[in-house]
Amino acid sequence: MRGAPFTLVLIAVAAVIFGLARWLDNSYAFFAAYVVVQYIVLGTAWNILGGYTGYVNFGITAFFAIGAYSTVVLHKLVPALPLPVMIVVGGVVAGIVGLGTGYLTLRLRGVFFSIATLALAVVVQTLITNWDFVGGARGAYVLRPRYAPLIGGEYMQYLFLIMLGLCVLVLATARAIERSALGFGFAAIRDDEAAAEASGVPTLRLKLMATALSGGFMGMAGAPLPFYVTYLDPASGFSLNYAVNAIAMPLIGGTSSWLGPVVGAVLVGGLQEYLRVTISSAVNVLVAGVLMVVFVIVAPQGIVGLFQRKR
Amino acid sequence: MTALLQVEGLGKRFGGFVALDGIELEVRDGERLGLIGPNGSGKSTLVNCICGTLRHEMGSVRFAGEAMDGLPAHERTHRGLARSFQLPRPFASLSLAENLRIPILYTVNARGAGAIAGAAIDVRCRDLLGEVGLAEKADRLPRDLTQIEMRKLELARAMAAQPKLLIADEAMAGLSHTEVDEIVTLLIRLNGQGVTVIMIEHIMRAVMDFSQRLAVLVAGKKIADGAPRDVVRDPEVVRAYLGE
Amino acid sequence: MDVSFDLLMNAVISGLLLGGFYAAVSIGVAISFGMLDIVNIAHPAFILLGSYVAYIGNTVFGIDPILAAVIALPAFYVLGMAVYQVYYVAFERRDNQSLRGLSFFFGLLFITEVTLVLIFGVDYRSVEARYIGPSLHLGLFDLPLRLLVPFLVSMAMAIGLQVFLSRSFLGRAIQAVAQDQLALRLMAANPVRIKRIAFGLSIATAALAGATLIIIQPVEPSIGREYIGRVFAICVLGGLGSFAGMVIAAMTLGIVETLTSTLFGPSWAPAVSFGVLLVTLAVRPSGILGR
Repeated sequence: MRGAPFTLVLIAVAAVIFGLARWLDNSYAFFAAYVVVQYIVLGTAWNILGGYTGYVNFGITAFFAIGAYSTVVLHKLVPALPLPVMIVVGGVVAGIVGLGTGYLTLRLRGVFFSIATLALAVVVQTLITNWDFVGGARGAYVLRPRYAPLIGGEYMQYLFLIMLGLCVLVLATARAIERSALGFGFAAIRDDEAAAEASGVPTLRLKLMATALSGGFMGMAGAPLPFYVTYLDPASGFSLNYAVNAIAMPLIGGTSSWLGPVVGAVLVGGLQEYLRVTISSAVNVLVAGVLMVVFVIVAPQGIVGLFQRKR
Repeated sequence: MTALLQVEGLGKRFGGFVALDGIELEVRDGERLGLIGPNGSGKSTLVNCICGTLRHEMGSVRFAGEAMDGLPAHERTHRGLARSFQLPRPFASLSLAENLRIPILYTVNARGAGAIAGAAIDVRCRDLLGEVGLAEKADRLPRDLTQIEMRKLELARAMAAQPKLLIADEAMAGLSHTEVDEIVTLLIRLNGQGVTVIMIEHIMRAVMDFSQRLAVLVAGKKIADGAPRDVVRDPEVVRAYLGE
Repeated sequence: MDVSFDLLMNAVISGLLLGGFYAAVSIGVAISFGMLDIVNIAHPAFILLGSYVAYIGNTVFGIDPILAAVIALPAFYVLGMAVYQVYYVAFERRDNQSLRGLSFFFGLLFITEVTLVLIFGVDYRSVEARYIGPSLHLGLFDLPLRLLVPFLVSMAMAIGLQVFLSRSFLGRAIQAVAQDQLALRLMAANPVRIKRIAFGLSIATAALAGATLIIIQPVEPSIGREYIGRVFAICVLGGLGSFAGMVIAAMTLGIVETLTSTLFGPSWAPAVSFGVLLVTLAVRPSGILGR
């Protein structure tokens, strides 16, 4: 299927899902579905740099929180700013941070990039915790508007719609990359960077592109968060859960195609929600980590890979 | 006539270890140069410095009149320098045809003129695979290949970049008698198409069959450079490398 | 702000002592990353495990935290060997899949942290010992015993390991495997067995490091993450493969962090290590005494 029809199919599926949810009119459904779709976006974003290019970003919380906190800042400065604009701003800021980190560390072994991203997460958290304008350690309150713009009804439905739109954008981008020269370049870097360089691939430039894209999308995924939770503090905004889920879901679902993060997010997210409701919210958090370790050892090609088998 | 490749006073150290010491080398356009020397003499290091995989500390590398010093490897490939790796380094998750796609997308098409588009890329990949006898395995993965097939893929990938100069780094190590002949024939045919070739090898029979000129590297220094028949009789070369 | 010489000197001394502690924390990674090239980002989690073991020993059995860690050393050693065995079978033996290996350790880090939260909760825990509280007064200088004792333990560990590595047969085998696995194999030694022992040692150091951690400050499960940046910053700054370099780097970081804390406030300290790491990677990736 070519690029444009694929995007149309995605939009159609998203529209059906949204229509269904609207018809069911169940508040809980919107809250739960938002989380799953958010993880599709986060996982796909991570996968562009991780699965496609082979560079592991552990600092997901940094980029995600940059998006969230840029919304907090904008909300304080310009309360009337529409959410889509805030999302774009969050994405751009996160993308720039990704670019900067990459520029400093991507010339070295991939391992150092990964370690730097871990440290980045701590540093960004430290900076935000010390920044009184966004509430520092005490956190910030963001009031959720009563009614949704454009579509009417509860604001939560609007948030879900926005996240669905973001999901369509990210998935279409990921698939377009997969089939393009850029995707081949990423794959070459992942498989053997020195050979890629010798074959003419400008590895540093491509890696920077992947890092900026990946970080930018993660920031966009975090931008609506303050409206979702209404109270944002560093402890929850930088929760390690986001990082583990964003990595575990593509690893479990499969990293070589756009479908992997989707499968991973739906299955693991669904399982987590089920466990949270039936057993406890502490146990559900453990699930992603344990499944990730198991899959990474036993089935590294992920669920999608299991079905793909040999060429 | 200016040489295609000019290496002047090239020096490279790893910590306290001097890997290359004042290497002077010239390769003329269209030439077939053989490079031999004992293990550890710096042959692969020399290749890495010429191609940009390693940064040299002293001396200079000029290709087609242009200084290469400081240019990253991919830029040198764009300008026509290509190499195959001593231990084949295929892109393991891509099919053979896709392996060749990479240099076409990123080197041939980066040059502007002569860019190949769309379906023509796949045709070109398969043609190239056919030239090295790998056409039937075009859609297989590298892990399904035998040793010699891997070597051929490695050479094909370097050829796909349409180089002016190809450095073949020990492409024949461990191959059988007939397989060695196959590779030598391939390289000579390539040379006939206008590609300058530097062959780095231990297999003397191949080197003598192939080279118009022969250079010898021992312990990071070049100790001989000339007509193959003269070089192999040079007493210093015999002592350092060939033995009795 | 009024900065007296006194204040600065004491900050430097504290920093030095803290640096000694940081060396204890980093020794394990100096072995696993510096010598075995295994990126064990879960090391801080093992350290926390050591802290909680010391905590249980201290609060439930009433023994000195460091003694508790020493008692637990064999268990941690075995744990390290088990982790390496899994890592080897799943990742090292297959083609070099660094993505998966990293994710494996990240997963371990996460699982350990969450399990600790489930068992102990998020409250800070601390231990009691006779040397927590009093300070040694030497003229102008104050040496808090709370920092001095971990410093001494850590120096003992570093020196002990250095001696082991350079004098004993096993230690020299470990150094050999770090430099050239093939040569080792040709000498009929089994590199896998040796790496397993080395990794076991690396995790064993975490037990002692954990005890020193909980002596220096109260712990809760998530503080492990702060130490990842520090530990790798220290190993990179010191130069991979050099114990002495690592110790120097640890002292340097300790001093820089303490000075930052004193001058700008303690909440900025975690950012310091990242800055150090970035600067080192950008300027001199081989570190101070690196190979």
